[in-house]
Amino acid sequence: MASLAQPATRLPNSIGRLRDDQFGYDQARHLLWRAGFGGTPEQIQTLVGWGLERSVDYLVNPSRVPFDDARTGKFSSSIYREATEAERQAYRRALQERDEDTLARLRLERQRRERSDREQMREVQKWWLGRMIETPRPLEERMTLFWHGHFATSFRKVENSYHMLRQNEFFREHALGNFGDLLFGIIRDPAMLAYLDNQRSTARQPNENLARELMELFSLGEGNYTERDIKEGARALTGYSFEGNDFVFVDRNHDKGSKSILGKSGNLDGDDFVRAILESRACSRFIALKLYRHFVSDVPLAYDAVPADRRTFINRLAATMLESRYELRPVLRRLLLSEHFYHPSNMLEQIKSPVQLVVGSVRSLLTPVRDLAILNDALDLMGQSLFMPPSVKGWDGGRSWINTSTLFVRQNIMAYLLTGRLPQGYARSAETQRYDSEPLLAELAKADPAAMRDPGKVVDYLLRFTLGRMPTDARETLQGFITGHGGRITGDIITGALMLVTAMPEYQLC
Amino acid sequence: MRQFEPSAFTRRQFLWQGLTLASATAAVPAFLQSSALGLPMPVAGASAIPGVPEDHVLVVIQLSGGNDGLNTVVPFGEDAYYRARPGIAIRQEQALALQRQQGVGLHPALGGLKDLYDEGMLTIVQGVGYPNPNRSHFVSMDIWHTADTNATGEGWLGRYFDSQCCGYGKGESGTSDSTNPASQPGIAIGRTAPLAMEGRKTKPVAFETPDLFRWTGQDVHESLLAPYREVTMRTEAAGVAPENNASFLMRTALDAQINSDLIRKAVAQRPLVEYPRTQLGQQLAMIASMIRAGLKTRVYYASHGGFDTHAGQGGAQGSHARLLETYAQALRAFYRDLAAQENHGRVLTMTFSEFGRRVGQNASGGTDHGTAAPVFLAGPMVRAGLANEHPSMKNLDNGDLRYSTDFRTVYAAVLEHWLKADSKAILKGTYRPMRVIRNA
Repeated sequence: MASLAQPATRLPNSIGRLRDDQFGYDQARHLLWRAGFGGTPEQIQTLVGWGLERSVDYLVNPSRVPFDDARTGKFSSSIYREATEAERQAYRRALQERDEDTLARLRLERQRRERSDREQMREVQKWWLGRMIETPRPLEERMTLFWHGHFATSFRKVENSYHMLRQNEFFREHALGNFGDLLFGIIRDPAMLAYLDNQRSTARQPNENLARELMELFSLGEGNYTERDIKEGARALTGYSFEGNDFVFVDRNHDKGSKSILGKSGNLDGDDFVRAILESRACSRFIALKLYRHFVSDVPLAYDAVPADRRTFINRLAATMLESRYELRPVLRRLLLSEHFYHPSNMLEQIKSPVQLVVGSVRSLLTPVRDLAILNDALDLMGQSLFMPPSVKGWDGGRSWINTSTLFVRQNIMAYLLTGRLPQGYARSAETQRYDSEPLLAELAKADPAAMRDPGKVVDYLLRFTLGRMPTDARETLQGFITGHGGRITGDIITGALMLVTAMPEYQLC
Repeated sequence: MRQFEPSAFTRRQFLWQGLTLASATAAVPAFLQSSALGLPMPVAGASAIPGVPEDHVLVVIQLSGGNDGLNTVVPFGEDAYYRARPGIAIRQEQALALQRQQGVGLHPALGGLKDLYDEGMLTIVQGVGYPNPNRSHFVSMDIWHTADTNATGEGWLGRYFDSQCCGYGKGESGTSDSTNPASQPGIAIGRTAPLAMEGRKTKPVAFETPDLFRWTGQDVHESLLAPYREVTMRTEAAGVAPENNASFLMRTALDAQINSDLIRKAVAQRPLVEYPRTQLGQQLAMIASMIRAGLKTRVYYASHGGFDTHAGQGGAQGSHARLLETYAQALRAFYRDLAAQENHGRVLTMTFSEFGRRVGQNASGGTDHGTAAPVFLAGPMVRAGLANEHPSMKNLDNGDLRYSTDFRTVYAAVLEHWLKADSKAILKGTYRPMRVIRNA
């Protein structure tokens, strides 16, 4: 607990690097949780051995890590499609003629397609959750999830599982790439175009939804554009639509008149709109702030409300982003190397999102995966249903994850992962795989074989690993639990101790 | 003691009934020992906040799937009704006639509802809907839940809670003010909380059965419960500042345990009357027990599904009739129970569905997704009777009923006249409250 025992030092606002000798167990653990989904004791020790620079470079260069990509080709691209003109005509005719047989047949057919599409969406959710659990490139998935929350799009409105999957692959492809590419791509993304109603936006009737969110939520933040920018931006985006699974530019719907957006004028199209955004001062700062909130500290989304020392650091991140022309890798690299990132006030103070909790627990405690469908249901109950963020604002995160109901779900999903005991509302399943805690304790056994017979040492080892801290009262309770069962350290006793530790309020933090 | 084997489910014992509250209260600081732990009868009109009637309770019943309004409140005076529904229409002599009303009656399975009507405890708001009706279950339900025809934003009841700053003020759990005990957040019976109750700052409690609103790990072995309560019911952590997230989490964990104990103790009471053995009956029995136990919860949510009657819905008998009967009997028992508790005057119940169904029956003896439908308001505080006109059977919109009542004018009445809240801020617009609550 070196980091916590230290006298409080001031939060450094520079982007200076952490000294190599300051990168120990707690810092490696912190890095694995924040830039990934936690790590096993062995992985933490590996990073300590590698040192700071190599550890960060491993994380920010996912493509260097071989990964036999879980294939997405098994998903169908054509379950759901818009009705063809002929089908629409047939439907209209049947309506007029009160041909109930045909109407019923058409509706049934449509319902069947919608049902298969929802089923496929559930499969895609499972696939992504499984990938996050398995990946050796954790930051790639963390950034994919970050972009999903940033460019929030929900299947509930899009109602096309394949478009949601394609968007997810797009986010992964650019996870640590260039932010400009993400913006140019998102105005062509069928799921987003459907979600923000741009597919029917025409010169005569422009829809402002995408133009507004493109600036307010995706790039500049409130207060950095005018209502006029929205109106003119919406005109620039007219005709950006899709057919089937592909983007199309519908020339006849596009407004070719002169427009003025964020100080740029001319016959602007969507790409010009994005260029104007990227040239706007507020853009790099807004994205730096969003990254800071995701990785470092849950500061307010309004830049002016951020404490001054943290604002300075965010400005330096933004400057790095501009120097690299919106390349994200150098920004994340500097962030993860910085002394600021490892400052005690930034450690053990982030509330785990439901995905971090579930994926991080499986990965760090090495529990069985058990049933992905049940894990997905638990994510839903905890407020983070993948592919279904609550609104275009994405997930609020931070304390909004926590309330009395979600806290029980959080505790109960841990009991499920550790023991197979099912959480809320399920019939008992046949799943009975035992949790094997031996690999978790291997590092302790290696370092100090005698400690394996000492409840005090085992408890301290588990607390430091799971919580990053060792609250005195909890230590006593856990030691009492073990000695109450005779003091022998068995697999079942460790499972019981972990059930208690993971129910603790502090386990929700990383 | 059994051998400690967390994975050995076959020998698992369920122990929670042996759980005593004494162990809880010992660890609970005085300010959190809500009066509800003693389960007193609430004093009518008593309120910690002047002007806010904390004793007023709203219960929402959601009929999921799209209830067929035309076969619920039957326009038997209209020939067009019988022409459109030759196989499933309710005949005039089958329908339950309503006092002082001509031309409409209730489905024969709604005897329980007719009782409430006769006792002056039921308002039937007719033709409730919204402009440009959406026929998707998801979207239309979200429109009703958000009170926004774009189906976006927080839930309308969530915004109500946010505006009251009851309970979990400032996005955080717990209260530190002993003189002004927080009211409970809304309680929904079901696996997930309905969007309607999701606020920006306030989140509802949701559980299918109260036995699951607790740590299920305790079922693995009895020796886990005591240490679990020790590690989750701590009041402070050494060296952790109160504004830190660790302290926030500890307060919420403590709250969760107290709520869990409270709710489970409340519903362990036997109801004062017999309820039908249906899911909705059991949901309402639990809600009545929580009201009787004096929980400070102002809003409860129950739901009753299966109304998506595309095929073979039947007429006076059949699947739709059974759904209606389940609803009416449960609601009837609920108000008998509340009357026996002398709490009926405190509880307004609103029933809605995401849409009605099309006027004409389809080829499968059912009905497809439609538009406007009735909303029911129950309780002795309502202006009993029919409100607004039955939607016209002649002036249809492409085979669908035209709505005559915007659902937000009903919400506005519930907010303004019952919960005494500012409906403009909550509904993000001005909706003239319907005159459906007496003495409003």
